[in-house]
Amino acid sequence: MTNYFYVLPVRNEFFKSLLTLLMGLMLVSHLSLVLAGNWNNPYTEEQVASSTLFSSFSQSPKHLDPVVSYSSNEWAILSQVYEPPLQYHYLKRPYTLEPLTLQKMPNIRYLDKNHTPVSSDSPDLVFTEYLFTLKQGIQFHLHPAFVKDSSGAFLYHQLNAQDVDDIKSVMDFEQQATRELLAADYVYALKRMALRQNHSPVLDAMKQYIVGLDEFSKQVSEQYQTELNAQNKRTQTHFFDLNSFDIKGVQVVDKYRYKVLIKGTYPQFLYWLTMNFFAPIPWEAVAFYKQSILVEKNITLDTSPVGTGPYQLVENNPNKRMRLLANEHYRLEQYPSEGLVEGADPKLLLDAGKPLPFVKEVIYSLEKESVPLWNKFLQGYYDASGVSSDSFDQAVSVSSTGNMSLTPEMQEKGIQFLNIVQPTIMYFGFNMADPVIGGYSEKQQKLRQALSIAINFEEYISIFLNGRGEPAQGPIPPGIFGYTEGESGINRVIFDWKAGRLQRKSIDVAKQLLAEAGYPNGIGKDGKPLTLHYDTAATGPDSQSILNWYRKQFALLGIELVIRATDYNRFQDKVRKAKVQMFSWGWNADYPDPENFLFLLNGANATIHTNGSGINSANYDNPEFNRLFQQMKTMENTPERLEIIQKMLNIAQEDAPWAWGYYPKALSLYHSWQHNVWPNPLANNTIKYRRIDAVERVEKQTLWNPPVMWPFVVVLLLIVASIYPLISAYRQRQTAVISNKQDKV
Amino acid sequence: MFEYIIKRFLFAVPILIGVNLITFALFFMVNTPEDMARAQLGAKQTTPEMIQSWKVENGYDKPLFFNTDATGLDKVQQTLFVQESLKLFAFDFGQSDSGRQISADIQERMGPSLSIALPTFIIGLVTNISLALLIVLFRGSRLDTVTMMVAVAIMSISGLFYIIAGQVLFSKVWHWVPISGYTEGWEGVKFLILPIFIGVFAGIGAGMRWYRSIFLEEMSKDYVRTAKAKGLTDIKVLFGHVLHNGMLPILTGVVVIIPTLFMGSLIMESFFGIPGLGSYTIDAINAQDFGIVKAMVFLGSVLYIIGLILTDISYTFFDPRVKLS
Repeated sequence: MTNYFYVLPVRNEFFKSLLTLLMGLMLVSHLSLVLAGNWNNPYTEEQVASSTLFSSFSQSPKHLDPVVSYSSNEWAILSQVYEPPLQYHYLKRPYTLEPLTLQKMPNIRYLDKNHTPVSSDSPDLVFTEYLFTLKQGIQFHLHPAFVKDSSGAFLYHQLNAQDVDDIKSVMDFEQQATRELLAADYVYALKRMALRQNHSPVLDAMKQYIVGLDEFSKQVSEQYQTELNAQNKRTQTHFFDLNSFDIKGVQVVDKYRYKVLIKGTYPQFLYWLTMNFFAPIPWEAVAFYKQSILVEKNITLDTSPVGTGPYQLVENNPNKRMRLLANEHYRLEQYPSEGLVEGADPKLLLDAGKPLPFVKEVIYSLEKESVPLWNKFLQGYYDASGVSSDSFDQAVSVSSTGNMSLTPEMQEKGIQFLNIVQPTIMYFGFNMADPVIGGYSEKQQKLRQALSIAINFEEYISIFLNGRGEPAQGPIPPGIFGYTEGESGINRVIFDWKAGRLQRKSIDVAKQLLAEAGYPNGIGKDGKPLTLHYDTAATGPDSQSILNWYRKQFALLGIELVIRATDYNRFQDKVRKAKVQMFSWGWNADYPDPENFLFLLNGANATIHTNGSGINSANYDNPEFNRLFQQMKTMENTPERLEIIQKMLNIAQEDAPWAWGYYPKALSLYHSWQHNVWPNPLANNTIKYRRIDAVERVEKQTLWNPPVMWPFVVVLLLIVASIYPLISAYRQRQTAVISNKQDKV
Repeated sequence: MFEYIIKRFLFAVPILIGVNLITFALFFMVNTPEDMARAQLGAKQTTPEMIQSWKVENGYDKPLFFNTDATGLDKVQQTLFVQESLKLFAFDFGQSDSGRQISADIQERMGPSLSIALPTFIIGLVTNISLALLIVLFRGSRLDTVTMMVAVAIMSISGLFYIIAGQVLFSKVWHWVPISGYTEGWEGVKFLILPIFIGVFAGIGAGMRWYRSIFLEEMSKDYVRTAKAKGLTDIKVLFGHVLHNGMLPILTGVVVIIPTLFMGSLIMESFFGIPGLGSYTIDAINAQDFGIVKAMVFLGSVLYIIGLILTDISYTFFDPRVKLS
């Protein structure tokens, strides 16, 4: 009785409170729904509703200084900001160069030793002269470095601590100004490249071609170092005036024209001119950024670029977000009105002739993990996404013939799909300097040919890449001059052409070749199975299945494969010193020329001949191949050149310094509200062509992300409901203790 | 007490030198300056001239511990270890090998790390202690048994599972909060709710069990029996006496953590896109950026030492018998 006496009122109060809470909760949730829109929207509503492109990056950019940066993740941002003289046409294939800041393609003259013009095939040809003529009226982004006071002196070039108290980025300076792009800015960029202390990765390559660059580099680098030592300063905080030095082969002709003199001929030089190394740099910005007070705040040319491009980097937090804003003063550049390849979506020309850029803001958010990236794409909060192995089955279905298409779930969302073979080769290399696996005798050739057949890359692509790749026939990937499609382009050492399809030779053929190489059934002269060593930096648990697969392929021939896994430093070191037998590596095109792939097999570039700095890691050195390479490398893309390339490929295929590997495919998905998406793996400045339909995006995001309220109510109910039994149990426990004690007493 | 603190800080100096020595030795055992240069300059087009220039620029052309080319005291002074260590003791972290100012980076990243770590720590502490007291209140009952089983289950599941499951459930299926991201100010609260909730939830199992064992030990002491004999309720005994007396062992484990909260959480920040310090060291190790590695190891050691000193000081507040001398 006593218990009921005090429990009943508690129960009534409890249910009253519960009811009040529930009503309050429903009201709050209803209001929240009405007022707040999508709760899981990581951006502001204004951003989503505007012409903003939402993208992500997984690796923080380390360098945004155009003479230093050489990574694709950095170029993805940098190429929207800086403008080298040339660019790739967005739509045309094969890849075609066109002027970007130039009025027209450079004028090219061939000169003899006295600088007298000669024909391109003249034996007296010693130099090639490129004359660049800039478009007039191009302006740099607004930047404090250009601001001058009434006396004409730079306002922000002598800053003190108080001046930058509230400054976190260059955008925080009260005054901003601009100036016109001049030919001297391009020449200044070349001079910066030559300064050894700037660590430009292409300096040593360019020294071979640009007249006087080597001497200039030595001169200015030594002088700069002398000044640094004398003043006990670091390069970040000491401005070195390069304007007072000249490169012999580089000359400012007038305000809008400059010349570059190249040793001999080097047609690939034009491709280099699409890269950010050759983008203009205003000297005022360099002088401005050398102030130690700014360097302490990480405000440098390496973090805050200043260019002439369609976008300006207004926020750079490499650990969080990069934000580009459309350049309001961008000159009139129009969307292309021609060049669509056969089979491409005609909608790609709907915006022909319209001024660029379309997207007004680009937000790159750091996403280190693939799971949140993928889920946010599905929610509509990223406009595009790649396809990781984890999400492949959800996104893509592969037919029995290997054709890829979107799954019904993706199609229902209106997601679009692009699938292209990249200008990249991932190869399995044999060290030609190794006494067992290397060498040029017929037997050694046959050993490598047998292995090339046994390592079934079609199977590799199917198992480990979800079909995202094509078996390589040689070093040149599709889309590059010299690659031949179909039967005439196959590697006949490894493949046959049957029923209109590529077919790998049987393992019996490989066994036969192995026997002819002196290893019948994989057994050597000593009666023991042949043991080969594969060096790799793949040490993680995910790599074990790939390494086991390699072992299995070698076991098909009776060969024992020993895996020598090590860290990446040691692996690189071993390859450089030719202390490996077999290894895997890859190469991504710098420019769309076969020379950029065939030089990977040129003997002069062998690591053992270059003290480890060469890029021919297989140390392949066939004199005939080398001779043809020299002949081919400076030729125009003519049928004669194609014939030479074919000869080179045949030689390499017979020698088999690589097991050739595969050309990877890039899959990208993008939402229906993003337009003008066209893959161009060699061009990085493509955001200006994209267009966003923000209205459609908002509609779909709202449709896909309504907050689900019932779990919230259930959880709260459970919490509230558990309070009563707890109180009840506590009271019972208290009285139980008392009564027990009373009983005992 | 002041003397004691000074003494403890002085003791910290040889410890920090030792930590530095080990960091330098271990790092350069695995990476050579050439490797570091290649990592910074990229694999393509790297020449010996570029590597040498980078080494000179970043001071890695000096010997590590002993300079045979120098004379006198310079044999030790003109080494990478002495040059870099001295700066660290002046809290001059210098610049990373990629050229960024480390102090500026740390300042920028500390806030986001704290915005998750501090609420997770405080809410987690309060939740765990409250639940532990609740369980102690019902000790020996079925509620106690079931809760302990649940606690063990929570402990047994990987934190990664909670993160991914939390993101899928709360963000992808129920659309309550953003999956990942970060913004400063009140607008950023929506990004913090899920990581803090998951951080607290994932720590409940271990925390609750630990605090429960501390409180149960206290419950068996004579003063508790005396308090009960005087007629105090269980709640008064627990909150009035057991909690206060149980604070000493709790402080031992808790206060030392407080300064290191600045260092952030690697996995949590990585999955939720929080721009904190959690991945700073790991990213630097992967990028072979010794400038950051040495700075962060040094900072971590200093914060840990401060945590230990704070622990000692906090004892005096909860136990008047403890005197620091």
